[in-house]
Amino acid sequence: MELRVTDLACARGGLPVLEGVSFALTGGRALVLRGPNGIGKTTLLRTLAGLQPAAAGSVSVPAEAMAYAAHADGLKATLSVTENLAFWARVFGTGGIAAALARMNLAHLADRPAQNLSAGQKRRLGLARLLVTGRPIWVLDEPTVSLDTASVALFADVVRDHLAGGGMALIATHIDLGLDEAEVLDLGPFRADPARAADAFDRDFESAGDDDAEAFL
Amino acid sequence: MIGLLLRDLKLAIRAGGGFGLGLAFFLIVVVLVPLGVGPKTELLAAIAPGILWVAALLACLLSLDRIFALDYEDGSLDLLATAPMPLEGAVAMKSLAHWLTTGLPLTLASPLFGLLMQLPDAAYGWLMLSLALGTPALSVIGTFGAALTVGLKRGGLLLSLLVLPLYVPTLIFGAEAVRRGAEGMDNATPMILVAAITLGSVALLPFASAAAIRINLR
Repeated sequence: MELRVTDLACARGGLPVLEGVSFALTGGRALVLRGPNGIGKTTLLRTLAGLQPAAAGSVSVPAEAMAYAAHADGLKATLSVTENLAFWARVFGTGGIAAALARMNLAHLADRPAQNLSAGQKRRLGLARLLVTGRPIWVLDEPTVSLDTASVALFADVVRDHLAGGGMALIATHIDLGLDEAEVLDLGPFRADPARAADAFDRDFESAGDDDAEAFL
Repeated sequence: MIGLLLRDLKLAIRAGGGFGLGLAFFLIVVVLVPLGVGPKTELLAAIAPGILWVAALLACLLSLDRIFALDYEDGSLDLLATAPMPLEGAVAMKSLAHWLTTGLPLTLASPLFGLLMQLPDAAYGWLMLSLALGTPALSVIGTFGAALTVGLKRGGLLLSLLVLPLYVPTLIFGAEAVRRGAEGMDNATPMILVAAITLGSVALLPFASAAAIRINLR
């Protein structure tokens, strides 16, 4: 399995953010996205996960192959740790809840309501969801936020296992996860030129107006 | 999809879930109206069908903004949209969960509230029937409104303004069916129209709601 992204352009709130993003990823490899705040890491990941359409370009793998994890963990405060994870396992038609909890070091908290977890524990539960999705490509947006050093190492291990099983991971992070399998992609060079994009829009708009005017006359 | 329904029901019943909010609101309105209007039995009996339907409608409206707002805030909506479940199905389950936690309890409790409003004896069956047929439309239309306003801070006002005009036909025909029933007249036509509105919205609106959510998540 190969993920090939070709000349992808994406927009945020109607403004072009990235253009010409191209990379390829094979099974067992990870790609770490780097770049300053606002460069469009989240936008790129949301586009790949199928939450917004790409402005241009193509992705060789459908969004159904991607497991997306964002800043928010999607936990329900009044449900227990097990219930939260069991819901997602049911949605994705999989099982292995106990194994996922054990893997993310949450087994001793299984019956605790999610509202009583610490920020780092919530994050680990959010990441445990990836294990029950059973999807080959993990699309992770700042997965290590609020994790302590030990949990970051644990998470890196989980990602390594996933890669060893032939999976892939796209990770936007500033922390060095210590993944030997990871390549780094700096999004800086792909920054879309807003001025140029606006010009193009204006040009299209004006020429369309001219056409209409001619048609009218 | 059943999983989503069960989760939403569980969330509604647990602390802070808002189950019973609509029922309590309905009760408050129905207790206060006779106090405000005065103890004239004939007057209360005459306005009972309309008041009961308006109260049911407002009770439904009260919990609409929770349908998607909580899932949007905690990120579940993003994850649901990327899950292997059609978003249309997820939206339909959300509507069903809303109806099961508001419309259905209102329908079942309505005879009690009818008693407080001096509803004529003949109308109890018609009240329950019209609410049973009409409240699903309120939930589905409300879900559509919630989908349009998801992601807006304090979207409740806009949601009410969007949804209320869409509620009007259900209200008119529902209240008319009960009124005619109370007076012993033939009420088949308004009852069929209420059912038609419900069937039409259940069939069409989940697609519109899912499209609205997809746009709002971009």
